[in-house]
Amino acid sequence: MKINTGDTAWVLISAGLVMFMVPGLALFYGGMVRAKNVLAMLMQNFFALGIVTVLWVIVGYSLVFGPGDFIGNFDYVGLKGLSNQVSDAGLPALAFVAFQMTFAIITPALISGAVADRMRWAAWVPFIILWSLLVYVPVAKWIFGGGWLAQRGALDFAGGTVVHINAGAAALVLVLLLGRRKNWPKEAMPPHSLPLTLLGTGILWFGWFGFNAGSALAANGVAAQAFMNTFVAAAAGMLGWLIVERIKAGHATTLGAASGAVAGLVAITPCAGFVGGLSPLVIGGVAGVVCYLAIWLKFKLRYDDSLDVVAVHLVGGIIGSVLLGFFADASINEAGADGVLFGGGWSLVGEQILAIVVIMAFSMAVTLVIGLVLKGSLRQGIRVTEEEEDIGLDLTQHSENAYSLERV
Amino acid sequence: MKLIVGIIKPFKVEDVKDALKELGVQGLTISDVQGFGRQRGHTEVYRGAEYEVDFVPKVRIEVLVDDADVERVTTKLVETARTGKIGDGKVWVVSVDEVIRIRTGEAGRDAL
Repeated sequence: MKINTGDTAWVLISAGLVMFMVPGLALFYGGMVRAKNVLAMLMQNFFALGIVTVLWVIVGYSLVFGPGDFIGNFDYVGLKGLSNQVSDAGLPALAFVAFQMTFAIITPALISGAVADRMRWAAWVPFIILWSLLVYVPVAKWIFGGGWLAQRGALDFAGGTVVHINAGAAALVLVLLLGRRKNWPKEAMPPHSLPLTLLGTGILWFGWFGFNAGSALAANGVAAQAFMNTFVAAAAGMLGWLIVERIKAGHATTLGAASGAVAGLVAITPCAGFVGGLSPLVIGGVAGVVCYLAIWLKFKLRYDDSLDVVAVHLVGGIIGSVLLGFFADASINEAGADGVLFGGGWSLVGEQILAIVVIMAFSMAVTLVIGLVLKGSLRQGIRVTEEEEDIGLDLTQHSENAYSLERV
Repeated sequence: MKLIVGIIKPFKVEDVKDALKELGVQGLTISDVQGFGRQRGHTEVYRGAEYEVDFVPKVRIEVLVDDADVERVTTKLVETARTGKIGDGKVWVVSVDEVIRIRTGEAGRDAL
């Protein structure tokens, strides 16, 4: 098979772009925590690049993309036999392996924002290993790997369900298991560096072009459409968030601009290569407004989702996945379908909701089991002691300080 | 000898320093402090959640002076640091038993 060099170049670059989202996410989150916990936050994200890469090469890829409807097999363990393979479309197998690997890396990293300021490092390490193998792998199989949900007709261009709903649902369960931070929500826990958060947002936005447009797996019109949709939805998300924030809280904030852009990016992820025209404007805008309002839930229900992974990723992912059932347009991408607004009827909405419910339920159930097992089996549990929480995770978990300012 | 202590608005530090230098004050010490008075704190909003921040940043300024200079320096300090708005701060004066210049060992007024 002859290699299609244009497509291959784009997919390889996209893999690099998505990889770059991980340090971007780390900064996005890291800026939002207090100075005593920033390294722990960065580390939980950065570590995913180390551990998940190894897991993916050894067994992860094979379990997602080996044959099977519910789980792959061990055909490609250690990437056996993939070195010189080229797909029918002219894409080297390893380019696809690398691209998909970056998705497997960033998904568990997303969860870290919810558990910020209190999860023990010694618990995060086994958690991310178990979660990657027991939650990410099967869910990715069902959608990305051509498994049963994909066969039924659920659409997810770049991971609205597999990545965002999956991680957001797991985050909710994990914060319930961990419990609230000491004195939350009474005590203010303000972001220590919004400039870092804004820088991280910029990197995420940039990397998201690889995430979404790269998911076309070709340098073609669908990729260009996904690229534009991604850009527009991020912009609309930012504006939506800022408007509602200005009305309800009185000021348009930098954190709001960053959060809104990310909410728009999350929501457009499942839709990126399936919608066109002004649809991304609506999808991003709705996400910006609704994700802002969804933050209220954690105060109402009193679960301490430190950096709003539920409100941004779970809610944003649901918004995008459901709206895709309305805005999908088969004339944009023949591999897609027509949604309600394009004469496709309600069946796509039904399949989208089924996929959302199944993936949420699976993610929550298995995350609960993993969390309970770790809580019961780790000698010191999954949460730091009260004293360690006061001192900060940087010093107690990693024996480092982020900022050694010359003070007496 | 007296120690004049002022808690003032941070942006007034330069003005106060210049004014006291003009009066002939030989040295002073400042430090960043936080606190609240009748001004109370302020509100910060992150993702729609409001937090009361009770302590506002101020600068503490300390000047050692001879008894004869207390009134002049205090008046000048108060005049310069005043904006007329709530939160301007306070100045108080405490007696000092002894002052020693470390380099020379001079004590009392000679050390000022």
